[in-house]
Amino acid sequence: MSTQVLMPALSPTMTEGKLARWLKKVGDVVSAGDVIAEIETDKATMEVEAVDEGTLARILVAEGTDGVAVNAPIAVLTADGERDAGGDAPAAAAMPKVAAEGSGMKEIADRASEAKTPELARTVPEKDWGETRSVTVREALRDAMALEMRADDDVFLMGEEVAEYQGAYKISQGLLAEFGDRRVIDTPITEHGFTGLAVGAALTGLKPIVEFMTFNFAMQAIDQIINSAAKTLYMSGGQMGCPIVFRGPNGAASRVGAQHSQCYASWYAHVPGLKVVAPYSSADALGLLRASIRDPNPIIFLENEILYGQSFECPTDPDFVLPIGKAKIEREGSHVTIVAFSIMVGVALKAAEILAQDGIEAEVINLRSLRPLDTATVVESVKKTSRLVTVEEGWPFAGIGAEVAMQIIEHAFDWLDAPPTRVHGLDVPLPYAANLEKLALPQPDWVVDAVRKLV
Amino acid sequence: MSDADTQKAATPRLTNAPAMTQDEYNRAYRDMLLIRRFEERTGQLYGMGLIGGFCHLYIGQEAVVVGVQMALKQGDKIVTSYRDHGHMLAAGMEARGVMAELTGRATGYSRGKGGSMHMFSKKEHFYGGHGIVGAQVSIGAGLAFSNKYRGTDEVAVAYMGDGASNQGQVYESFNLAALQKLPCIFVIENNQYGMGTSAARSSASHALYRNGEPWGIPGKQVDGMDVVAVRDAARIAVEHCRGGHGPYLLEMSTYRYRGHSMSDPAKYRTREEVEQMRREHDAIERVRKALLELGVSEQTLKATDDEIKALVADAAEFAQSSPEPDPAELWTDILVEA
Repeated sequence: MSTQVLMPALSPTMTEGKLARWLKKVGDVVSAGDVIAEIETDKATMEVEAVDEGTLARILVAEGTDGVAVNAPIAVLTADGERDAGGDAPAAAAMPKVAAEGSGMKEIADRASEAKTPELARTVPEKDWGETRSVTVREALRDAMALEMRADDDVFLMGEEVAEYQGAYKISQGLLAEFGDRRVIDTPITEHGFTGLAVGAALTGLKPIVEFMTFNFAMQAIDQIINSAAKTLYMSGGQMGCPIVFRGPNGAASRVGAQHSQCYASWYAHVPGLKVVAPYSSADALGLLRASIRDPNPIIFLENEILYGQSFECPTDPDFVLPIGKAKIEREGSHVTIVAFSIMVGVALKAAEILAQDGIEAEVINLRSLRPLDTATVVESVKKTSRLVTVEEGWPFAGIGAEVAMQIIEHAFDWLDAPPTRVHGLDVPLPYAANLEKLALPQPDWVVDAVRKLV
Repeated sequence: MSDADTQKAATPRLTNAPAMTQDEYNRAYRDMLLIRRFEERTGQLYGMGLIGGFCHLYIGQEAVVVGVQMALKQGDKIVTSYRDHGHMLAAGMEARGVMAELTGRATGYSRGKGGSMHMFSKKEHFYGGHGIVGAQVSIGAGLAFSNKYRGTDEVAVAYMGDGASNQGQVYESFNLAALQKLPCIFVIENNQYGMGTSAARSSASHALYRNGEPWGIPGKQVDGMDVVAVRDAARIAVEHCRGGHGPYLLEMSTYRYRGHSMSDPAKYRTREEVEQMRREHDAIERVRKALLELGVSEQTLKATDDEIKALVADAAEFAQSSPEPDPAELWTDILVEA
């Protein structure tokens, strides 16, 4: 039986090449692995090795020939003792049975994208959890971890200073005493390494909570977060999920300078395969962190250092939990929709109070979750108010405000009476000087001014 | 930590280590040959345009993964980089599923969504297949962490190349694994070149097996072209890890016959260098000779060759005739539905 040797593709982009030189001649015996020819690809001169063994019976393309198409027969090998039948029919590469036709593929993509547009049905009002008490965000975060660790031995906490020091910001106070050093683990200052370690543990089904002392340091580990945690489920065809929570303070604190003051919301929200959660109040912190720990997906949980010490009413029901992906209307209003998350919800609420004195009723939406984004709640609100102001601490370019505004343009354009407006941190690295820092971060009067320009 | 803990094996065979039985030689021969023939076919299918993108062949290094696997037991976890086809076959993953993933078909291990560098098997405890050089090493420490956390006696093997061994997170992982006494075997497959840069030009350390010394990680340099030496060294490492003594580092001196990837013309070394390795140090030839010396007939070996050839041909046929993934697969497996 004779075998055709085909012009090989030897780079991801090669469609044709030059047959530079034959290293074997007709009549030579070749075995698998022997270099039989040299070809020039679009990138380099490459050696062609024989895959089959036999005698080189015929050379079909002379050396020096340019523009030889990939998969064109270039020679014929015969098995020992056999005659070359002389057939010329190329051994066509088997083509896929379900070759995705361009149009068919687009249809599916469109359909799937439609399925992801917001449900415009009225959003379900938040469940009433009954009795509340005043707790700090710090306590709420600690309680969330303790409750979930009691319920599930697979949950553990690791990070810098989380155990013996009780947390750099005292979030893990008391956890080492209750759960021991098997489950509350101090790490060296080695974000890249311990994040990768936690991701590996999560791939086996454990449920790590990784505390970053601040999200600024998570940049050291962002490859593991995105390339390993977020993509493995997809790359494994659904075999291997990564149930993990990455949490810690995000955004500006107070006068800690440019490297320690940055909002990562839009960085992570950009990535399919991640969920991104940003609590504002103690109830958000408790309910959303519990949900995040239970969620089988990688979660970016963006806290805020300044909020840690603030107290809010929080349900006492031991089963209290909040759904990821549902925004909360913090204050109802009919003249303008203000969308914010994390500490900026407080700024938006202050602005709403000031505006109310002038008879302007702002509806303030606390996004709670940035991916998935509760577009339906924002759309519904804008249909009522016809005006949108977004507030975020981070930079404007390709930020969360830009995304929210675009969603509204796509889904509620006809209801808008004015262009959507963004309030955001100034587009500069955060300065240290007290006056400059204050000038760079959104204040309630920035929001008030933005609203006044719209109504 | 004394210097005695890290050993440069003067001879690959360890004193008192049992040589392989004929059955073990047979298994080693079969498993290595499967990888070799599989990879040759992979190269062919790549040449035909049936496999796309980046594709890194394991030809030449077969003894490393086969020898290590012979020292493991069911449940031990494995993770490696992008030169991963051999590791998957050695771990027990099916040739059909691996080849079908290479051709991007629905029947591949990742249903066509991973490709050459991204395949996984929960069943065979194979955790990938990672395309980012060095990332698999910290993940490997995490697999070992999981074993310890759950109180099993399983170990994890994290493979890396000589190129990856210079990544910062590798040393972060050494530190973490040593601190926590994780049952992790770090295997540096020193095939002499990280892409086109020789190990001598990229590592100031020319004794990679000693790279764990600052953390007290014992290391051993092994002739990675000798499957018996690899198996014996891996047994020592496995025993160390199972015994709760923390991580172990093995440097396998090996050689890849092909370029870094399919599109690498490999001009950074001479053809003579490659030919000499193939001629004088080929791991499969070595085992073949050992089997002949044990009295195994040429016909018996030929039968194994034919069996492997048929298995690979079947995998290639399966990989070419399987359908591409349904376009709806685009939108699945992004998140686990809670």
